[in-house]
Amino acid sequence: MGKIDNKSGNKPVDLSVDIGTMELANPVMTASGTFGYGREFTNLVDIDRLGGIVVKGISLEPRSGNPPPRIVETACGMLNAIGLENVGVEGFIKRKMVFLRKLKCRVVVNILGDSVEEYARLAGHLSEVDGIDAIEVNISCPNVKKGGVAFGTVPAMAKEVTEAVKKETELPVIVKLSPNVTDIVSMAKAVQDGGADAVSLINTLIGMAIDIKTRKPKLANIIGGLSGPAIKPVALRMVYQVAGAVSVPVIGIGGISTAEDALEFILAGASAIQVGTANFFQPETATTIIDGIAVYLEEQGEVSVKGITGSLRLQEG
Amino acid sequence: MAEFHKKVTLISNESLGNGIFRLTMDAPEIAGAAVPGQFIMVRVTGGFDPLLRRPFSVHKVTAGSTVAILFKVLGRGTALLSEMKAGEIIDCLGPLGFGFPLKRNGNICLVGGGMGIAPLYYLAQKMISTGQGRADDLVLLGACCREELEPFADEFKTLGCTVKLASDDGSLGHHGFVPDLLDEVLSFKKINRVYSCGPFPMMKSVAMKSMAAGVECFVSLETSMACGIGACLGCTVPGTERLIHVCQRGPVLAAGEVLWEK
Repeated sequence: MGKIDNKSGNKPVDLSVDIGTMELANPVMTASGTFGYGREFTNLVDIDRLGGIVVKGISLEPRSGNPPPRIVETACGMLNAIGLENVGVEGFIKRKMVFLRKLKCRVVVNILGDSVEEYARLAGHLSEVDGIDAIEVNISCPNVKKGGVAFGTVPAMAKEVTEAVKKETELPVIVKLSPNVTDIVSMAKAVQDGGADAVSLINTLIGMAIDIKTRKPKLANIIGGLSGPAIKPVALRMVYQVAGAVSVPVIGIGGISTAEDALEFILAGASAIQVGTANFFQPETATTIIDGIAVYLEEQGEVSVKGITGSLRLQEG
Repeated sequence: MAEFHKKVTLISNESLGNGIFRLTMDAPEIAGAAVPGQFIMVRVTGGFDPLLRRPFSVHKVTAGSTVAILFKVLGRGTALLSEMKAGEIIDCLGPLGFGFPLKRNGNICLVGGGMGIAPLYYLAQKMISTGQGRADDLVLLGACCREELEPFADEFKTLGCTVKLASDDGSLGHHGFVPDLLDEVLSFKKINRVYSCGPFPMMKSVAMKSMAAGVECFVSLETSMACGIGACLGCTVPGTERLIHVCQRGPVLAAGEVLWEK
């Protein structure tokens, strides 16, 4: 697993990486909400080649999401306000796991809830399901019991959710961080303290677009999450800061569309990366990135992805 | 359903006037699989701005070889497409979604407005090539003016359809909107099924009139889309029972499934 013979046919490069106790064949995953439940991409992507896929966020009950319009294109990016539409945990296990279980890549289930108890119940429930390799906790949701403040914006609340999830599952727990905070490092440290096996970042940046002719917001929800190449520099900066401050693996997310993008995150300290919005406009992006990383390692005379993680050179000489 | 992701060669990019273009691609796999009413997602640039693919319904197909799309230049995406030249390579994904039901049901009437005319041409083409077309099949077309109507009217006539026209400015055919023509048709002829595509208010009017007359009606909806394959869940429209994902359940829907009043 994880070895790809390079073009020269010499020493193979080792693409495998570890996220807690989960080994990935390569560092490239697909981000939650951008790859459906996998099956949507069957005809377009060799899914088995991926390091892993993170499925659309799952809640205890099915959610119908926000009214349309839900998406709008922006410069080098897009805003979405899907509203966490999903089939619910029972529907997911019954209807989506059959396909996912057969995949050779890792399957990570993203979970979301309105309260600490909901996250805990989801984690406990999913732990009993065969074929799930890790849980990713989406903490960018409002805590209904705490006045709707997002779990992901208050370190103590993020820690509490992490602890509750960890208590219910033996699976590696990845906490997905929101960038809409004053200090993302303190959020990362808080979830590490709560027992997170890894952090993934960034979720979308909250944004807005207005139609000046109608003077109406372009999204029915008024505001939405910005994603795509437009957010990459912000994401890279946050990954760099977090990777320097925590000891758990960091998974980089945010506008990654090419192997060069992915490598920037890896050099900044990401152990793995997730491809998000690029799946929408170029479905084979993730597999192209896997190949591109292998070529880069070969060109650089490196033997493994692990060997270059965080190898950013800050000063010459 | 099988979709193909292909880099295809542009055979021609025809300017039809008033900013309307017809782009024909050498795309045998897509041509072979496409059903009228299905769409393709086209990447308009190799870069990131504009970022997303653009959905276009399949407008014309040459059996097993070419696929054409029809568009009017409205924004940056369509402006870039309009500048493409024969011989250039274009990245296409399709055919996607569910198209029009094709099994003939009595007397049919096609109602198209503006660029919504595009999928109806392929529908008429398919009806005829499968031996289901009849000379009294009615095609009602509407657009803003003569320039945006005449080229298509002639092409439908060449296919052998009976064509009636409406223009907003009265420069060709009925002075008014295309649903007015449907009223007239329904008053003198038994219609069993209406197929429609066009701007939302037009299709709403067509759907209401059809349903009121007890006529089966299928509409092809247009929405913003990011992926076209059911992953982003961005292309929803309100349905009578639940939100509908246009790319997965549509773009063609029974008129009764769509919530026309908000």
